[in-house]
Amino acid sequence: MAETGIGASVRRKEDPRFLTGRGRYVDDINRPGQLHAYFLRSPVAHARLTSIDTSAAEQAPGVVAVFTGQDMAADNVGSLPCGWVVTDRHGEPHKAPPHYPLARDKVRYVGDHIAMVVAETRAQARDAVDLIDVDYEELPAIVDVRDAMTGSLVHDEAPSNLCFDWELGDQAAVNEAMGQAAHVVELDLVNNRLIPNAMEPRAAIGDYDPGTEAYTVYSTSQNPHLLRLILCAFVLNLPETKVRVIAPDVGGGFGSKIFAYAEETCCTWAAKKVGRPVKWTAGRDEAFVSDAHGRDHFTNVKLALDQEGKFLALKVDTTANLGAYLSSFSTCVPTYLYATLLAGQYATPAIYANVKGVFTTTAPVDAYRGAGRPEATYLIERIVEVAARKLGMDPAELRRKNFIQPDQFPYQTPVALTYDTGNYEPSLDLALQMIDYQGFAARRAESERRGKLRGIGFSAYIEACGIAPSAVVGALGAGVGLWESAQVRFNATGTVSVMTGAHSHGQGHETTFAQLVSEKLGIPYENVEVVHGDTGAIPMGMGTYGSRSLAVGGSAIVRACDKIVEKGRKIAAHLLEASVDDVEFKEGKFTVVGTDRSKTMAEVAFTAYVPHNYPEGVEPGLDETAFYDPLNFTYPAGVHIAEVEVDPDTGITTIMDWVAVDDFGRVLNPMIVEGQVHGGIAQGVGQALLENCVYDKESGQLITGSYMDYTMPRADDLPPFRVGMTTTECTHNPLGVKGCGEAGAIAAPPALINAITDAIGTEIDMPATPEKVWRVCQAQFVQAAE
Amino acid sequence: MLRVSMTINGKQATKEVEPRTLLVQFLREHLGLTGTHVGCDTSQCGACVVHVNGNSVKSCTLLAAQADGAEITTIEGLAQNGEMHPVQAAFREHHGLQCGFCTPGMVMSAVDLLKKNASPSETEIREWLEGNICRCTGYHNIVKAIQAAANEMRG
Ligand code: FES
Ligand code: FES
Repeated sequence: MAETGIGASVRRKEDPRFLTGRGRYVDDINRPGQLHAYFLRSPVAHARLTSIDTSAAEQAPGVVAVFTGQDMAADNVGSLPCGWVVTDRHGEPHKAPPHYPLARDKVRYVGDHIAMVVAETRAQARDAVDLIDVDYEELPAIVDVRDAMTGSLVHDEAPSNLCFDWELGDQAAVNEAMGQAAHVVELDLVNNRLIPNAMEPRAAIGDYDPGTEAYTVYSTSQNPHLLRLILCAFVLNLPETKVRVIAPDVGGGFGSKIFAYAEETCCTWAAKKVGRPVKWTAGRDEAFVSDAHGRDHFTNVKLALDQEGKFLALKVDTTANLGAYLSSFSTCVPTYLYATLLAGQYATPAIYANVKGVFTTTAPVDAYRGAGRPEATYLIERIVEVAARKLGMDPAELRRKNFIQPDQFPYQTPVALTYDTGNYEPSLDLALQMIDYQGFAARRAESERRGKLRGIGFSAYIEACGIAPSAVVGALGAGVGLWESAQVRFNATGTVSVMTGAHSHGQGHETTFAQLVSEKLGIPYENVEVVHGDTGAIPMGMGTYGSRSLAVGGSAIVRACDKIVEKGRKIAAHLLEASVDDVEFKEGKFTVVGTDRSKTMAEVAFTAYVPHNYPEGVEPGLDETAFYDPLNFTYPAGVHIAEVEVDPDTGITTIMDWVAVDDFGRVLNPMIVEGQVHGGIAQGVGQALLENCVYDKESGQLITGSYMDYTMPRADDLPPFRVGMTTTECTHNPLGVKGCGEAGAIAAPPALINAITDAIGTEIDMPATPEKVWRVCQAQFVQAAE
Repeated sequence: MLRVSMTINGKQATKEVEPRTLLVQFLREHLGLTGTHVGCDTSQCGACVVHVNGNSVKSCTLLAAQADGAEITTIEGLAQNGEMHPVQAAFREHHGLQCGFCTPGMVMSAVDLLKKNASPSETEIREWLEGNICRCTGYHNIVKAIQAAANEMRG
């Protein structure tokens, strides 16, 4: 292994600029003549707009224009689309009410967009927003998924606020198994609503050049081409040739920056209207109310087991909150990215899920780190733990007993997916060893002597990454293909530019992709430059989400490198006066087999651009593009074990130890992969322990709308993490890689809640805040005293 | 309009600003020093930390006018003669950053910590970072980086 090749923990190329303050995020960019936008957002959860008077705002200092939904309607601006049509169990497509960038007749959540003020400065725009006079005819708010179907109608198009009533699996088989099972365990679970909170707030600049009639949009996007597609084809009706989207350095996404939002749409549209660039940067208050939120499920789950603890059937009934409007991929998250994962790591023969997606007067809900898979894993791993407790079995052994066995791969689950490969026991064994499971009883006794309650919790998760293949997702309702593109371009002097459709917003692609290309082409790592995030510079690409960048984007890079080598062989054969079949490529050299006659990659590249002595019929240049459409998802899996100590007097949970053992297939840069695991666990711990998005039931106001109210995980909330790896290589992509971005966020919540419930002996919903835990402990204390 | 003047990364800067201008706006919008970031509006996240007269300060919490006459160091002024500060170097070596958005504030905060406590324990580091939120790293590698920098700087 070269020091910079595949498998090396190469230090990141992007770091020097970030560490010296030279990163370039959207808000760091300013265009000449730029104006600033500020949005009037609905202060109420649900209301008809009876009048909007913008006249005072228009007169305010610095104000250039004020726009409302009616102005956009007059310009035929379309609705923000949902990119996945879910067909419900009655064969009907989901209800898709329009979602206009600026509200036209009604507002449907606190933060909904009513008007846009464009002014010389942000402060002036903000001041002027307060001068807009709106009459609201208020309607009842509805925030809780459990009340949605009986609450006031959010959209006339969706009776009972039901967007879809969807199912997957064999209901009859599940019912039969449930009827005959020795044990059926049941649990009601809340998967708490989260606010993504990437540290960089969303931002956008719309810039219009009347000379070329072209727009440049700067956006904090995880997928600039997807944003361009939505802006052009659905909302603003523009040719793609006239819109360039640039997503420069982006400060974290976690799903929330996949979607096309009202704000960048409005800035783009307004730039032409006012004839000057229009910039908007969200305040954190705006991020809280208007970024797409995550999770928010209520679920009833039943697991049937036989006498020995073998799983017979799993039945899941979920109501999923979609919020007030359908965000870009909102419908596939609680359906195809959720119920298809319900087998987990287990050979459960029968599974059935019914999911109802409902509208409420809350911010749209969409993919957030893990997207559907954390929700699935949470319920599986919670019910398995509860089953172990009910049956008096060791939770590790109950899991082991039900694991899909290595000889069962490829394994067809009862919920549509085929796992290509995996081996679950080694991860469990390594995790047990790392945490010293044997020693747990002694540690628990020691905690008890100090008046503390110690618990241990398991989570054996599986994830489906790199959503694919396009034909299959298309058949299931996706409006897009889920391939990725790569262009590998040799420059004449031997440096290489790699244009990728994947987008890095923390993942370190500039490093890992360079490692990959350097190894594939046998050229120095320093000579490779990765270009991403600019539709003007890269081939059409699908962006980064669902841990797809390496499995899909990396595979496209491999394919493009293969083409480079193929062409290089022809050029080298000509230079070496040998037959192409006799030329092999290894470690950066084309060699005539069995001789020491060779040409380096750099010599071949130079010849391709200075083709004085060149093979007939071969085009000059060395610049290849490949599109890769995966054959299947990839299936990372692993085991996390959390050990906690709960103080019954304060309700405070301290995480004493955390081990994560993951199988991500082949790993390109272990340092980066471990970092992804750490970050994922932190978000999972956040969900389980601290974070909770709360809307007031009566008023529909967002109560947790700032960092004073929404508890972000901070350094002193988290322990160090211990990370181990096992490996089974993915069988269907050329790298054998699986994806690692979401694993921690998927695995962590059930591990932690299982540990806490093990400690306190009572079921509890997320987040397990000190207050909640304290109440449980006090109730037990009182009960014991009586 | 108000006239403010301060020394930033060793250079004198004088500008006319609106009275409500925050120090962070002064740095980013008036001086183009965009390395200092804004991640919140409640002085919680620490993305905006700079040094004012040698102490770490959340620059979103201070009016530019309040910093009149002060010596300011921002992330752009930390490296010396093209050499990264040991804390910057350690963040890179230990992968203490991912998206990089919290990083300038984290680094400036950590530099101040090590000035005040040359060998902080892990708990002291974690407690010091209470005012700096990172959504990407889970803090594990940030803590490791700061420990390594402390070792390095003690020599
Ligand atoms: S921007 Fe200053 S603390 Fe968040
Ligand atoms: S590195 Fe992204 S927020 Fe810290």
